[in-house]
Amino acid sequence: MENQYFLAERAAKLRYLLVKALHCAGSGHPGGSLSCADIVTYLYFDRMNVSPEKAKDPDRDRFVLSKGHACPALYSALAMRGYFPEEDLWELRKSSSVLQGHPDMVRIAGVDMTTGSLGQGVSAACGIALAGKADGKDYKVYTILGDGEIQEGQVWEAAMFAAHYKLDNLVAFVDYNGLQIDGDVHKVMNPTPIDKKFEAFGWHVQVIDGHDFAAIDAAVKNTDAVEGRPSVIVCRTVKGKGVSFMENNAGWHGKAPNDEQYAIAEAELAAAYDKAVKEAADNE
Amino acid sequence: MSKIATRMAYGEALCDLGEKYDFIVMDADLSGSTQTGMFAKKFPERFFNCGIAEQNMLSVAAGIASTGKPVFVSSFAMFAVGRAYEQIRNSVCYPGLNVKICASHAGVTVGEDGATHQYCEDLSVLRSVPHLTVVSPADAVEAYAAIEAVLKHDGPVYVRLGRYAVPTVFDKATYKFELGKAVPLCEGDDCVVFATGVMVAAALEARDILAKEGINISVVNVHTLKPIDVDTIVKYAKKTGKVVTAEEHTTVGGLGGAVAEVLSEHCPTLMRRVGLRDRFGRSAPAGELLDRYGLNAQGIIDAIKSF
Repeated sequence: MENQYFLAERAAKLRYLLVKALHCAGSGHPGGSLSCADIVTYLYFDRMNVSPEKAKDPDRDRFVLSKGHACPALYSALAMRGYFPEEDLWELRKSSSVLQGHPDMVRIAGVDMTTGSLGQGVSAACGIALAGKADGKDYKVYTILGDGEIQEGQVWEAAMFAAHYKLDNLVAFVDYNGLQIDGDVHKVMNPTPIDKKFEAFGWHVQVIDGHDFAAIDAAVKNTDAVEGRPSVIVCRTVKGKGVSFMENNAGWHGKAPNDEQYAIAEAELAAAYDKAVKEAADNE
Repeated sequence: MSKIATRMAYGEALCDLGEKYDFIVMDADLSGSTQTGMFAKKFPERFFNCGIAEQNMLSVAAGIASTGKPVFVSSFAMFAVGRAYEQIRNSVCYPGLNVKICASHAGVTVGEDGATHQYCEDLSVLRSVPHLTVVSPADAVEAYAAIEAVLKHDGPVYVRLGRYAVPTVFDKATYKFELGKAVPLCEGDDCVVFATGVMVAAALEARDILAKEGINISVVNVHTLKPIDVDTIVKYAKKTGKVVTAEEHTTVGGLGGAVAEVLSEHCPTLMRRVGLRDRFGRSAPAGELLDRYGLNAQGIIDAIKSF
């Protein structure tokens, strides 16, 4: 694994960028973007063999953001990796921009699959994994599902499919932040036990803290040894992680901070970033 | 005249094309009916059964296509399209992925299975989806040729196939298929019938009957509903001044709707639409259903004589 202080610094920057992008946009989904930010950071700054120079390389690893509304996290990672300038993030959701409200593989460099309608991304990820097997390629396919998203029946069609076709090149993360638009996922439509459901469908299952880079790294490395079945890593996360007033608050699922709120969020995220930069330097 | 279902030609075309081209075929537990089973037997490593899970199948196909490999997906039209409409729209068509939705058992000619399985709204539903090409072959010869054209076309396509054995009206040796081109089959100045699918043979039968009465009609086969061939439709509307459309499908938004849209913008012409009038089908043998709903030569003749 990359130095975890380095990953923490990247994640702090990613959170700063995505909240600023959402503020500029005036709409969008901060809560679920912040909850999966560490997973996205790990994938783009440690794990996946991707780069802007080989954005269309048939052998590259793939990432499908099945919970497509969290795209500010993905777009920020892509900007930080050089797929497009960071300044482009301030045009998110605007008519002048290619950065759509949900991921668009046609318009946006580095986006591997168009998503946004919940449940469809994980199926597409299965398709990419199946094609990789059919072509004898050794790329891996990573996808992130929301805990509310797994209420979609299609997710379980895909779960059955991935196990049936032994897609051990597929790794799914469930961003289990416990909240969806209408509130507590357990009260809206209880998806638990998430781990046992996937297990029953024939998946290799791990449950970790989705904000702990060492845990994410260990879990993903464990999937490398799994043969003949897909892997899911159920990540306990905090919705809105990193912005005090957004944390564990379903109200921040789908709205952008106003100027006053952004001033507070920006100060918190900037302080966290400065601290992370210092820690990364101290622990280089 | 021999009778072969268009789905049979589809199965044959897949097997023949599979020798020359690299693509994947998927089905949702109906491979014996859609005829993808022929391909599955010949190329088992390139066929994937998705089970009875059409929504997943369409999105999986999108994922495969994103890697550069074309994918044919099949089921009954009702389920491949009706069940998985949103996956077709969002996973396949929005990103313009190379997925060919070749659905069989469209229309009332499903027969005895009844209304739950007789999809008569597929053309109107899919014609409205951006990026999607919509094809409705008239017979087995046309279906066979269409599949190769569809494979060579870069982008999503819907092909409407039938269960019912339909008269073969084209000559395999000479037939050439061109996506987006309506095909005039006979010339007459009294009326034009724009027909698609099983209704092309019915229109030709109507032509023969009317000719004996001294009424001469043009018949134009509209195998591609989208993009629609505006020039040919306008040309024949101007030539005859009377337009009839004929389809085994609702009169709302299918071929009748498409022709009405073209003519109202380019050449307003009085029309009659032969098709299902805002209704569901029912269980009965396919041939009886066609007669029951006027989806036959007599239905077309009645429409022509009603001007």
